Amino acid sequence: MDFSKNEDHEAIRDGVRRVCAQFPDEYWREKDDQHEFPWDFYSAMAEGGWIGIAIPEQYGGGGQGITEASIVLEEVAASGAAMNGCSAMHLSMFGMEPIRKYGSPELANEILPGVANGTIHAAFGVTEPDAGTDTTSIRTRAERDGDEYVVTGAKVWTTKAPYCDVCLLLVRTTPKEECDGPTQGMTLLLVDLKDPAVDITPIPKVGRNAVVSCEVRYDGLRVPVSRRVGEEGEGFRYILDGLNPERILISAEALGIGRVALKKAVDYANSRVIFGRPIGQNQGIAFPLADSHARLQAVELVIREASWRYDNGMDCGEQANLAKYLASEAAFECADRAMQTHGGFGYAKEYDVERYWRESRLMKIAPVSQEMVMNFVSSKVLGLPKSY
Amino acid sequence: MKVVVCVKQIPDPALPGELNPTTNLLKRDGKLILDESDSYGVEMALQLVEAAGGGEVSLVSMAPNNEMSGLRTALAMGADDAILVSDENLAGTDALGTAKVLAAAIRRLSPDLILAGVESSDGYTGTVPEMVAGVLDLPSVTFAKQISIDGDTVKVQRQTEAGYDDVECKLPVLLSVTAGVVEPRYPSFKGIMAAKKKPVEALDLQGLGIDLNTVGLVGARQETIRVTEAEERESGEIIVDDGDAHQRIAEFLGELKVI
Repeated sequence: MDFSKNEDHEAIRDGVRRVCAQFPDEYWREKDDQHEFPWDFYSAMAEGGWIGIAIPEQYGGGGQGITEASIVLEEVAASGAAMNGCSAMHLSMFGMEPIRKYGSPELANEILPGVANGTIHAAFGVTEPDAGTDTTSIRTRAERDGDEYVVTGAKVWTTKAPYCDVCLLLVRTTPKEECDGPTQGMTLLLVDLKDPAVDITPIPKVGRNAVVSCEVRYDGLRVPVSRRVGEEGEGFRYILDGLNPERILISAEALGIGRVALKKAVDYANSRVIFGRPIGQNQGIAFPLADSHARLQAVELVIREASWRYDNGMDCGEQANLAKYLASEAAFECADRAMQTHGGFGYAKEYDVERYWRESRLMKIAPVSQEMVMNFVSSKVLGLPKSY
Repeated sequence: MKVVVCVKQIPDPALPGELNPTTNLLKRDGKLILDESDSYGVEMALQLVEAAGGGEVSLVSMAPNNEMSGLRTALAMGADDAILVSDENLAGTDALGTAKVLAAAIRRLSPDLILAGVESSDGYTGTVPEMVAGVLDLPSVTFAKQISIDGDTVKVQRQTEAGYDDVECKLPVLLSVTAGVVEPRYPSFKGIMAAKKKPVEALDLQGLGIDLNTVGLVGARQETIRVTEAEERESGEIIVDDGDAHQRIAEFLGELKVI
């Protein structure tokens, strides 16, 4: 065991904090209220090389691992940017990994440098209205027509779709019933979201309003075969690779939100004087915050183990799932306690904790629900019978 | 063009500082960061070298325990290399002693231009840059808000209370750069990683050829005799608007002769 501070990681934290310090609470409050994408923030993070930190150096990225990417996102969230900041860049940081790993060199060379320097915005389209976590039941299909695929169907919760140039799209190329197994017959395509055959509709939602999530309809979109990632029919296997890193990154974002919510709560509990003393002197206020601190510290260790295992090529399904489960619980609980600490003011937008509360709630649902994590742990880790 | 920037590494101002009760000196045994007032000098140097189409920006710093966290930040911004002077005999060095040390380090680099912040954010003596110029027998221009190089001449807009003076001076020269006149760049990820590999020459007093008796507490001509707590500011007057607040505010400002 070695818990000594890693100089590079400290330098990354320091570097990200410096950039984020330009974007105060008021900025994020306004972006959330106005439903405006945080372009200035995104550009500053791209310019500093933080968005491309985990993309290999040969494509202009920083060549670092999920550990470093998760540290960047934790610091972004903890700066008060929370999910509005993280979601603006999250997918660019690791979402295009299937292209690097399985795509043709031409496709990788065309896309990854632009993603790394922030000039290409990319989305990820897997979830469908009638197939949430049950990914193998997706109905968006691609039919081969000469050198092209013709894509028809609909996806939901495609983040940032209106600003994205391309989307990594999971489609069925062979109907499920004609495949040997349900996970076969799916293919990954890099599609052009600016094409007129694509119809994008933002979904009104509770929080993280600076970054839209959309329903995206594909009505006969023609996609060149050269934009297929890897082999036809292997798409599900390719996206599975990305699920654990995504959970690790979301865990780090949750940890960051927990940290900023706790800081706001502690500052308020120290400064708010009622009955002649700061409210933080009351154990009814102090103990929940101390408890949240304990939980956030524990979460950080679980995240570090998961990211370390991933970066070292080890299986990390259990650790990544546990990190996501524990981090989102701890973050939401902490945001809720921060709101309670603030009393009525916690419900006012001016104090920001309500924003953390709305945003951290999402982390218990996405990218995978807490219940599906429990399903994974029950069957895959504990060896209990699968429930579905 | 070769530019040297004097860089002070200071305890993080966001953390509560502490004085040594015996010497009344600021404790600086932890991590030190780049003094923000020097980040303007670093940025100015980088911009001048970029405008000149090439050159070199070197840093010079004096700090305890070979501390170089702040130097790394300046290197991550884009400076090329650094000299770090660290020696336990330097504890308690006053402004003139610091100037002697920095001047000795600068002499090794033979720069065309030396930049420094007007004053540090922890000591605030505001005298070291001109003392360095004095030791090096170079001209100095204070409070530079804009700098341009034209051949062997530097043109400086020197900030004054009323505006600025245009000053011209032959190189080499030392300029103190006013805080806030440029926007210091943020170190990029690649800059941070590259900074780890940039050369930092670590020197002690012997390496610099400086007599131990001229620096440190022994050589200091300044002494901090007493430290007292700053008086707490009195709370201001709160004017509640009963319809005449604007008149009362105007009267208050009138009493201050502001309006």
